Amino acid sequence: MAATISDKAAIVGIGSTEFSKDSGRSELALAAEAVKKALDDAGLKPSDVDGLVTFTIDQNEEVDVARAVGCGNISLYARVPYGGGAATGTLLQAAMAVASGVAEVVVCYRALNGRSGQRYSAGVSGTLITGSAIHYGYYMPFGLLTPASWVAMFTRRYMHLTGCTQDALFEIAQATRDYAVRNPAAFFYQRPMTRADYDAGKKICNPLTLYDCCQESDGGCAIVVTTPERARHLKQPGVSIRGVAQCIAKDQEEMTSFYRPDIARIPEMDVAADEAYAQCGLSAKDIDAAVIYDAFTPIVLWQLESWGFCKYGEAADFVQAGNLRPNGRLPSNTHGGQLSEAYIHGVNGIVEAVRLVRGTSVNQPKKAVHHALVTSGVGVPTGGAILGRMT
Amino acid sequence: MTPAETSAFEAKIRAYVGREMGPPKRGNDDVNLAMIRHWAEVTGDENPLYTDAEFAAASSRKGIIAPPTMLGIWAMEGYPMAQGHTGKVDVQRELHNIFEAHGFTGVLGTNTITEFHRELRPGDQVISHTVIDNISAPKKTARGHGYFIETVTRFTDQHGQDVGRQVFRTLRFMPSAESVAANQAQSGGDAKLKAPTRIQSPRGHDNAWWWEAIDQGKLLIQRCKRCGTLRHPPRPMCGECQSLEWDSIESSLEGEVYSYTEVSYPKFPGYPDPLLCGLIQLKEGTRLVANIVGCVPEAVHVGMKVRGKVERVDDATVLPNFYPA
Repeated sequence: MAATISDKAAIVGIGSTEFSKDSGRSELALAAEAVKKALDDAGLKPSDVDGLVTFTIDQNEEVDVARAVGCGNISLYARVPYGGGAATGTLLQAAMAVASGVAEVVVCYRALNGRSGQRYSAGVSGTLITGSAIHYGYYMPFGLLTPASWVAMFTRRYMHLTGCTQDALFEIAQATRDYAVRNPAAFFYQRPMTRADYDAGKKICNPLTLYDCCQESDGGCAIVVTTPERARHLKQPGVSIRGVAQCIAKDQEEMTSFYRPDIARIPEMDVAADEAYAQCGLSAKDIDAAVIYDAFTPIVLWQLESWGFCKYGEAADFVQAGNLRPNGRLPSNTHGGQLSEAYIHGVNGIVEAVRLVRGTSVNQPKKAVHHALVTSGVGVPTGGAILGRMT
Repeated sequence: MTPAETSAFEAKIRAYVGREMGPPKRGNDDVNLAMIRHWAEVTGDENPLYTDAEFAAASSRKGIIAPPTMLGIWAMEGYPMAQGHTGKVDVQRELHNIFEAHGFTGVLGTNTITEFHRELRPGDQVISHTVIDNISAPKKTARGHGYFIETVTRFTDQHGQDVGRQVFRTLRFMPSAESVAANQAQSGGDAKLKAPTRIQSPRGHDNAWWWEAIDQGKLLIQRCKRCGTLRHPPRPMCGECQSLEWDSIESSLEGEVYSYTEVSYPKFPGYPDPLLCGLIQLKEGTRLVANIVGCVPEAVHVGMKVRGKVERVDDATVLPNFYPA
């Protein structure tokens, strides 16, 4: 049975800091600014906030954010694990809290100095003292140390089984770049990329080259979630959370699910997609635009299959037909994605999905966007959310 | 040292205060363009006054000058002195030998104060006159117990005119236990350079047995004692029947490449180049990540038959490697 969560909560505010390679300030400063901007966007005061949700890997303590922003009593605080896999998971926590009355105004935030501070591309190391140290021990001695190296292993297998080529990866990279070229907030604003530029990219972990990998960025984003009733009396048109789900699927590892019968797909996203659709009675044909987590180009392909925009093995054809482009079937990552706007662990993607539904993206598709999909990072436990206009 | 030994030692060293280090010494080279250019290059100082004759001639200096910070350089002993190969024992060396003989083996240049009285030009001679100016009272420092020695050098030119002055302060100390430990930690225990090794897996309850078998040259596969299901990587419970009882079988090391990647960037110290990582489908049915070796990267493909060998890859690490079968 699908959860009875559909349309019980609405997004009413979004906020982002500048995205950069060196913010020159603390992660807490970024979080506080993003949260404040999201509240301003909603026309709410910090004292209205009674819930805070973030990622387990976020370094900004709830107490510090609440104090910095000037929130009052906070009755819900929750964190979602697994890096970018937490992105839409924060919405699920917020929606559950709002739907159940545990909290009325929940802010989801994520802020990081992902380039000037701790860089994810630096990989795992023997100095890890976390619970995942034993797990990464099966990869570290062999040099399979970075997110790119783990994703490359799935990609190679997928290409082998489906005949997908580098052309599909290039199309995803270039589509996001072309959107970013028109987005002043994007790192690659006004900087287009040709096939020759792409082919000249540094080798990372084959088949992945530089422009198949997202950026590392400094910045923060925040989302305000509240009840539909309250949303009707606020500044912005409310964006309803129509469906939201997350999943750890059978035999999942953190980034290295290499031992399932088939590794060239993401079963946890299949499950989350089915659940999110079931919650609201929608299906792929109802989704007008999307923000698909793009830490690496190939992971977009598998998500298109999970969410039913094409059949298994057909995603390369789907993207190469131009379907992610402004006039395509599914304009996607219209902010430039993490490949070309900024890497804020998918929360800048939620911000863009809200804009798509509001009709305020800098690359707003010509067609009406009734429903937008936004997804979380994959390889890790993941999920997604379907946003729609509040009725 | 006993108090009596300390006062005898202090009497010895204090006898040096006020003594000249030796006769005035003319620099090995007079001020010259070649050394000026080298200095400007290595320090990255692009001031054209030091190297551009035309520019310098047109400037208020009316010609090339030496960078003022080179003052002490002109009078320095050459490279053999720095290496300790000259065999010369001047007054300063005598004093330091006394410190060393009494256990003050540590030496640390702490600071200098330099005054520049006139700019030097190519052709100028620099003559140095150095005096051991003072020795401090005994001091407790973070490095250990010791004394600060201050020398003062006066620099004159070929006309006997004053061109500058430098105070040089050195600490001679008995290295404390803490500072010795800190030094060793910094230099890795001894002076020998160790080759970097692979990043090791931490070993805990659920995985140490597997890595210990690798160390013994065996690739094991965990097996559920109740239902016989094989599993890798090892974990404490069987996902099929929830039994906590397990044993293991030894792999034949035969298999094929299920997927692979060549890790090009970033490079990590201690790993081979090129670095090929394979997801190996073993004949027994489980998979594991391991390096593919013994072939060029272009030769690797999904489905390639491979044969493994558990072998030492560096001073600290034994791993299964897979070769083309």
